[in-house]
Amino acid sequence: MTTEPVLAAVDDDAAPLTHHQLRELYTLMAAVRHLDSSAVAWQRQGIIPGYAPELGQEAAQVGSGYAVDRTRDFVFPTYREMGVARAMGLDMVGYMSTHKATWHGGMYNPLESRFAPIQAVVAGSVLHAVGWAHGQTLSGAPEMGVAMTYFGDGASSQGDVHEAMNFAAVMKAPVVFFIQNNGWAISVPTERQVAGGSVAARAAGYGIPSLQIDGNDVVAVFEATRSAFAHCRAGNGPVVIEAMTYRRGPHSTADDPGRYRTLEEERLDGGEDPLERFKQRLLAEGVADAAFFAEAQRAAEDEEEAIRAGIADLGPRPGAEMFSLVFQEPTPALQSQATSWREESEHA
Amino acid sequence: MPETITTDRSSGNSTDTGAANVQHMSMQQALNRALDEVLAENPKTVIFGEDCGRLGGVFRITDGLQAKHGEERVFDTPLAESGILGMSVGLAMAGFHPIPEVQFDGFAYPAINQIVCQIARMNYRSRGTLPMPITLRVPSFGGIRAPEHHGESLEALFAHVPGLKVVSPSNPHDAYHLLKYAATRPDPVIFMEPKSRYWQKGPVDVASAAQRPTHDAGVDDGGSLTGARVVREGRHLTLVAWGAMVSRCLQVAELAAEDGIDVEVLDLRWLKPIDADALARSVGKTRRAVVVHEAPLTSGLGAEVAQLITQSCFATLKAPVERVTGFDVPYPSGDLEDEYIPNIDRILFGIQRVLEYRRG
Ligand SMILES: Cc1ncc(C[n+]2csc(CCOP(=O)(O)OP(=O)(O)O)c2C)c(N)n1
Repeated sequence: MTTEPVLAAVDDDAAPLTHHQLRELYTLMAAVRHLDSSAVAWQRQGIIPGYAPELGQEAAQVGSGYAVDRTRDFVFPTYREMGVARAMGLDMVGYMSTHKATWHGGMYNPLESRFAPIQAVVAGSVLHAVGWAHGQTLSGAPEMGVAMTYFGDGASSQGDVHEAMNFAAVMKAPVVFFIQNNGWAISVPTERQVAGGSVAARAAGYGIPSLQIDGNDVVAVFEATRSAFAHCRAGNGPVVIEAMTYRRGPHSTADDPGRYRTLEEERLDGGEDPLERFKQRLLAEGVADAAFFAEAQRAAEDEEEAIRAGIADLGPRPGAEMFSLVFQEPTPALQSQATSWREESEHA
Repeated sequence: MPETITTDRSSGNSTDTGAANVQHMSMQQALNRALDEVLAENPKTVIFGEDCGRLGGVFRITDGLQAKHGEERVFDTPLAESGILGMSVGLAMAGFHPIPEVQFDGFAYPAINQIVCQIARMNYRSRGTLPMPITLRVPSFGGIRAPEHHGESLEALFAHVPGLKVVSPSNPHDAYHLLKYAATRPDPVIFMEPKSRYWQKGPVDVASAAQRPTHDAGVDDGGSLTGARVVREGRHLTLVAWGAMVSRCLQVAELAAEDGIDVEVLDLRWLKPIDADALARSVGKTRRAVVVHEAPLTSGLGAEVAQLITQSCFATLKAPVERVTGFDVPYPSGDLEDEYIPNIDRILFGIQRVLEYRRG
């Protein structure tokens, strides 16, 4: 599935993955799979009001997130990058707090985690990534950080994506545009969304090298992302990666995919489960055995329990935060609104 | 609890056209039916947006319309609000009556350029030769614990733009008639649907837009479809509201009545143009007013309403017009939503402020 005008060869880092790394990738994917399906269950149980599942996208997310250097790179997610967050080692209670409706954007520290706040505006952060990356160029850091922005095939229809790619190419900004093409934007399939059928093909118009990759192969995703980062870091400008994958479940816990596709279609189009596929590979290559997989599953379950407990413990935010976090220097009008809010809520 | 206007058969001056016309349905069903009829009546009508074809819209307002009227009249677009609204301009120029949808209020922002600079100005720019008969449906306001940007109150923003009209129904009956009305107008109308009321049922008289207020007699019957409607009569003060806040104000009025305070509730319906006569009539009688809206306080429509009241009722007003509104903060997350949207207590405090006001 891979493509052409490929990246400038800057491959000092391109050693094959060690067995340890391969096992680590599997452990992450297993954790993400379990947490993701648990989050859907939490919603059904009333623990959280909503969630955007990523079932089937574990390889695309973990493989790309694993390539990020958290000492210098920065990731700009949308609302479906839980696997990236987990692969980057985020505080997952802080991550999930956005789905608990505790605070928009989550409650982790974006500067420390190198993971921008979660956001719902489709294609909203694509231009932010370009600005951040251009800042790297301007500050001339010897160890260039790379911005990676995640978005879907649906988001690629937004005009902002055009503007972002054009800016990035003109400015040679170190940005990886990481498209997870999961086949659907809610109910609309890629062929009704993307003229020409491919987001990667558009890159040519901007003179940006692009890779269309098998997004269900975690190793292929990791290697493509790693070489894209090396390309950017060497000062060659942006890269477009289109990872072809499949959103196996609903768009969100509020969606009913039965209205636009059948279970049979889902089964056929979904193809092989990326987690199972990786497991078979590790078994066949003798990288891991049954005991390892059992342990990975147990660790995933323990982790989910801890996160669920953390979420349950999150109390509501103090109302005063609503006012005090708007500005660094609040306006008098806002302060007086806060005062009367306080008085009235105390007396009510 | 008068959730909506009830048809009071006991009063003598009823112009009842028969129970057959009055159907019980949700606002979602009422809007869906209105769109269905508009499509049937005007072959130039087209409906489009994100997910409104096969899925029937994420709120199911366009449910079944594509199957019935075909993929050319009801269709899914790529996910790009600026594209959706910009396309409406060209369709209107070609003689169509577009009824585009933005999926959630907050996502009208990416299309603001097309709405403000093109749709609102094309008629003016072309000296009346290129009218823009566009009805933009916007699921609006909060109250459903939605994610960020899925619950906002943009009415002041839209109402401020020359060339746009803005309306918001509060019940299924008005939703049905106001949408049918808006969708046949030659000017652009922003149709703000209170999403927290989509599933609330009420009587819809499909034959007649006119429905008498609960307490009857001598007030605007709303039959004109262009003005405000008194939904509860009272003597001591007027609560002015629109959208989802209307039913909340009716609740407040019931509670206030227990303390002997007789509250009138005016459903503004049109946010541009505002029915200044209805405001003058109501507040001219009660001499006190509180405006209630979900949108932030500063530069909100409450200020506009207060000014209109001051202008017509200055000499007889017993207190300055009060406002009970959202705060000047980005729309908060679900856990804080109930703090943000005017609740019963805050509205009662507002009432208390106007009742206890003393000239200094
Ligand atoms: C600007 C904007 N318009 C509409 C929406 C509502 N919405 C949320 S996700 C979505 C589909 C996105 O599809 P895609 O970009 O392919 O990403 P996926 O959800 O498949 O991961 C839509 C229409 C939104 N969040 N932002």
